[in-house]
Amino acid sequence: MVTGLRQAPERLRIGALGRPHVPAAKLTWWRRLLRDKVLLLAAVPGIGLLLLFQYVPLLGNVIAFKDYEPFIGILQSPWVGLANFAVIFNGDPAFLNALSNTLVITLLQVLIVFPVPIGLALLLDSLISERTKRIVQSILYLPHFLSWIIVIAIFQQMLGDAGLMNTFLRDHGLGTISIISNPGLFKLLVTSQVLWKDAGWATILFVAALSRVDPTLYEAAAIDGAGRWRQRWHVSLPGLRSVIVLLLILRLGQSLTFGFEQIIPQQQAVGINASEVLDTYVFNNGIVNGDWGIAAAVGMVKGIVGVVIVFVANKVAHWFGEQGIYQA
Amino acid sequence: MTTRTMTGGLVPATRPARVVKAVVLLICCAVVIVPFIGIVATSLSTRDEVVRSGGFVMFPSRITFAAYQAILSGGVVTRATVISVAVTTVGTALSLVATSMLGYGLSRSRSTLHKPLLMLVLFALLFTPGIIPSYLVVKSLGLLDNYWSLILPVAINAFNVIVLRAFFMELPREIIDSARIDGAGDVAILWRIVLPMSKAVLAVIGLFYAVGYWNAFFTALLYLQDNAKWPLQLVLRTYVVNQVNLGVDQLGGVGGAQLPPQQALEMAILVLSIIPILLVYPFVQRHFSKGVLFGAVKG
Repeated sequence: MVTGLRQAPERLRIGALGRPHVPAAKLTWWRRLLRDKVLLLAAVPGIGLLLLFQYVPLLGNVIAFKDYEPFIGILQSPWVGLANFAVIFNGDPAFLNALSNTLVITLLQVLIVFPVPIGLALLLDSLISERTKRIVQSILYLPHFLSWIIVIAIFQQMLGDAGLMNTFLRDHGLGTISIISNPGLFKLLVTSQVLWKDAGWATILFVAALSRVDPTLYEAAAIDGAGRWRQRWHVSLPGLRSVIVLLLILRLGQSLTFGFEQIIPQQQAVGINASEVLDTYVFNNGIVNGDWGIAAAVGMVKGIVGVVIVFVANKVAHWFGEQGIYQA
Repeated sequence: MTTRTMTGGLVPATRPARVVKAVVLLICCAVVIVPFIGIVATSLSTRDEVVRSGGFVMFPSRITFAAYQAILSGGVVTRATVISVAVTTVGTALSLVATSMLGYGLSRSRSTLHKPLLMLVLFALLFTPGIIPSYLVVKSLGLLDNYWSLILPVAINAFNVIVLRAFFMELPREIIDSARIDGAGDVAILWRIVLPMSKAVLAVIGLFYAVGYWNAFFTALLYLQDNAKWPLQLVLRTYVVNQVNLGVDQLGGVGGAQLPPQQALEMAILVLSIIPILLVYPFVQRHFSKGVLFGAVKG
């Protein structure tokens, strides 16, 4: 409050929702408080919830440095220094397995899942009939709103041993293909699930960006002799560049996070080895097995690395002259 | 109709290119739609046909609603549906109220404490709290096995707050100024002017919250140990994904010897969990293309 008063500049400025024209510096903090009481009161429930469920858990991370026992509580549990981080430093096999699965899945995601919506958006953008475009978009956006459990159930019904595909193969005297419970195909399976669920929805930003490309740029390119493909390459894609960079940064920040909700229900079918990722490792070790400290330590390192990646990627984007997610 | 102007400056596609394009889009749409048709069809199939087809029925010759009757006449699925509907309704209402209040509270850049409060919201976007610490907070609040654990931890989404705040800040100032001159206070301005003018964006944000609550699996798995309190998503996991058999005990005593086939029951549960999303989708879908959400973030 006091800082607010000190910083209040002399120049007249009207707040966004039409404050009366009163120079802020002439008001004492008490009068400013009275003036803004409704706004502050309105913010209380939301801020309270954020503090309680986003910021207080940060404090809970101290158990990463403790030998936490639920029945004696966080405060009473003994400090153990960095002992819980040993699984990371010494390369515990289960941890390394979870890490490598996570990284392989992330790589597949960036290589396969990331480009598809861009292609799909270019395709949608080239549709002439607005009506067709809207119908196709409505259909392709829909799976985004289904839960992972529903998506997994649908995949089982389509590709499972008794599913549509194998029923068809059997009826036609062909051999069946085991996909759902095949550990070797698990990473491709989850990748295709992500594609089915979110590829359509992910086009939304690209389509919006493409609709903002100045049509005269295409015309100019056509006069210079560019065909359709060259127009796409030299006009459309540059128009998408900042959106692509923005989304890529956000995606990289999620490198170590891969769909807890998507993996957990499928672990039973393919086994831990093929399916354990960092988030399920934290859950299975902490909540299920009660290794609270180790799970919290891995979760904490994961969170910090994610934030660091976002900052670094953003910096790199600035070097290449892009805006990134924020301007430093 | 393929004049130059309508292609927006793009050189018109050749005929073969147009055919390829149409085929690709048709396949994309079919990949989304065909599973839905198959699921609905199987849920309506009779025992004979399910047995004959070996599980999956694409084109039933005769339809029956027996599977829906069985799951909706009391029992596990009915209870879970009631729980999911209640959590979604209460949660969405609470989220919308808290989010619009917070968005309004942050909508004047010169107000007291504006900067620190805004930073608090923005930082919440950058990280998600870990699984273990979140669990400990919910546990120490005594919310384990309590329905509020499905609502309170996810009630505020920082991104939605930012979107709504940006939208509020762009409302025409003249209207708000004139209301103030007419003697309206901050409460009246929010209730009579700001909220009614933001119906579209509130609808979209409400949809996202509602879909989030309806689909919530993670919070339920983490915070509810008592399976009598399970919402629909956990029931789906147990009986559809893990294929635990649904017997008379789980179906409120209906069926007996004439229990509908398991496959039809499973697909009926699946349809039941998809229907609410299909119902609200058309109402908000038209707002997506208008950029209601993403237009607001760029500022």
